[in-house]
Amino acid sequence: MSAIVRFLTRRRGGKGWHWTDIVTWAWLVGGLLIMFGPAVWLVGSSFKSPAALAEFPPTILPYVTQKVTVEGYDKPLDLYEATLEDGSTVVLAEVRRIGVTSQMVDPAKPGEIIKVNIAKRTPVREMSFATANYTEPFTHFDFVRYLWNSVFVTVTATLITLIVNSMAAFALSKYEFRGRTVAMLVILATLMVPLSVIMVPLYSIVSALGLFNNLWGVILPTVATPTGVFILRQYMLTIPDELVDAARMDKASEWQIYWRIILPLTAPALAVLAIFSVVWRWNDFLWPLIVLSRKELYTLQVGLSIYSGELNVQWHFILAMTVVTMIPVVLVFIFLQRFITTGIAGTGLK
Amino acid sequence: MDESGRSGLGQIAMMPIHFLMGVLDAPLRWLQRATGINGMAAFFLLPNMMIFGVFVLLPFFINFAYSMTGGTALFLPDRSFVGADQYARLFDCGSYIDPGSCAEDTFWTAVRNTGWFVVLQVTLMILVSLVTALILNRELMARSFWRAVFFFPVLLSPVVVGLIWKWILQRQGLLNFGLYSLGFDPYVWLNDRNWSFAATIGVSIWAHMGFYTLILLAGLQAIPKDLYEAAEMDGTRPARAFWRITLPLLMPNLLVVVVLVLIRAVQIFDEVYVLTGGGPGTSTLYLTQYIYETGFAAQLRNPGLAAAASILMGAVLVVLTLLQLGLGRSEKKGGRK
Repeated sequence: MSAIVRFLTRRRGGKGWHWTDIVTWAWLVGGLLIMFGPAVWLVGSSFKSPAALAEFPPTILPYVTQKVTVEGYDKPLDLYEATLEDGSTVVLAEVRRIGVTSQMVDPAKPGEIIKVNIAKRTPVREMSFATANYTEPFTHFDFVRYLWNSVFVTVTATLITLIVNSMAAFALSKYEFRGRTVAMLVILATLMVPLSVIMVPLYSIVSALGLFNNLWGVILPTVATPTGVFILRQYMLTIPDELVDAARMDKASEWQIYWRIILPLTAPALAVLAIFSVVWRWNDFLWPLIVLSRKELYTLQVGLSIYSGELNVQWHFILAMTVVTMIPVVLVFIFLQRFITTGIAGTGLK
Repeated sequence: MDESGRSGLGQIAMMPIHFLMGVLDAPLRWLQRATGINGMAAFFLLPNMMIFGVFVLLPFFINFAYSMTGGTALFLPDRSFVGADQYARLFDCGSYIDPGSCAEDTFWTAVRNTGWFVVLQVTLMILVSLVTALILNRELMARSFWRAVFFFPVLLSPVVVGLIWKWILQRQGLLNFGLYSLGFDPYVWLNDRNWSFAATIGVSIWAHMGFYTLILLAGLQAIPKDLYEAAEMDGTRPARAFWRITLPLLMPNLLVVVVLVLIRAVQIFDEVYVLTGGGPGTSTLYLTQYIYETGFAAQLRNPGLAAAASILMGAVLVVLTLLQLGLGRSEKKGGRK
């Protein structure tokens, strides 16, 4: 506790608040609000009913108007607190609204209609989480399918990335062969050809291979990432060659050396690459947008962007689906934050 | 490495993989006998090189061929050769300052928008991430927490980023709520050309600043503390220490970050596509979206023109990447980090 107090009151130079202390705290607290605020607001909004979402000014927490079933009426009626002409306030249920006049009934005495000016009534509200925003897309839309497509693409692409890149890195770090430098340079050159530059010809190649409208068309072009080869190679270079030589003496095949010795020792670097591959592939957008034109093949990202264009009014579904899309990445962030931030600083990866 | 003492669960999960790898061993031993030990390098390199060749190298070269053809057909053999016509079309302008006078006016609008976007976004991004890095480099409690706060949006998908901000900037959004509480009228920000443009800059900074902050922070932490102590002993004021110690020693990292931000800014697409869709009008139409729409949007499809435009963009990116690789190398040679 005293450490916290000492920390909170620590200032530059010791006495008095230096202006840099104020800037620091303003920046940090402002940063906290600006960085987390929008996502928190999104999650909060995703639990609001469509009516609450259309409201302005919005409420912080999700509220809905309380409803009551009144004898003689088929549907449940909205409850209002109305101020009557004699100045007393009563809780009434609204039957219908005509112009500025609202026809209301006392839920206890449903026979008698009371007319109230709409300015003289306020809805009786209760907090309610519209979980239907989450459950309905599962039944009404192809949401589960999108989810499955995204999971399939992410998992498969990551596995292939790890295997293919580690094999290449092994070759480039533990063998002497002609053309090694050329291979390195060619892989390095990929850094200069991002997707946005080659998407037109890539599209035709993927189509020619019959992978248009196929999840493999999304997966394959992404798996030979140069960053992956480089991280793994740098790591494998630190593994002593004597280990490989000793294994060869013991009559291990090159393949066994790769998967029994090198791969387990490269585990930390593989883990970093795996985390990043998962985040990259889960978040991919432009390429899936180009390759997938059949609805049932959409990944979450594509489905979400198409829906947000088509169902502009149905924000309640879009918000809920956005939250679901965020979940895996937020989990990765919560559990692996320490590794990711140090991993990035160390390798300049992303 | 079965004896390395891994947990039982991990061991079970690895079993099918070990089995698969084991099955492959016999044929690969045979291959090894045929090619020799160093020949196996080719085998290990092969899968990566094949995927890489088909999906990166091949398209890279075909791109040039594409840019020399016309028509709407997809496959190269079905397309007619038109020489440099597509490039001529892209450069057919009355005046380069006025995109409206060009044959391909949306291309020049996209170029101009991208240019402004790059200049403003890169400047602001560097400023914001440098200030954040400097602040995170102070004596702070829970520094890793604060670091994580600024890093969090980096992991979010561009689609989610676009939707979050679309939701906040809309008429009933949080921003208008704040302004309304202060007595202002709500405004539809994304329907305004200038605000929409500003929003794309702000949102892209929000989404990516944490990444660059982290790189700069690593650079700051590599600066030896005794330099500052010596400066303090000599009575150097902090501001002077910043200009004379921090900035010069951070310069290599800063330059790498500038080029990285540039490379990313030139290619901006995803979050903008979701946030504004390039609009209103063409006020946030950037190059990648121009290429995407020219190449793939059903009615206007002209793959040749899109390829030509992407080669022009690629030329800029190649220069920037070479610059970054050069800077990265000189930074390593300097022996820092």
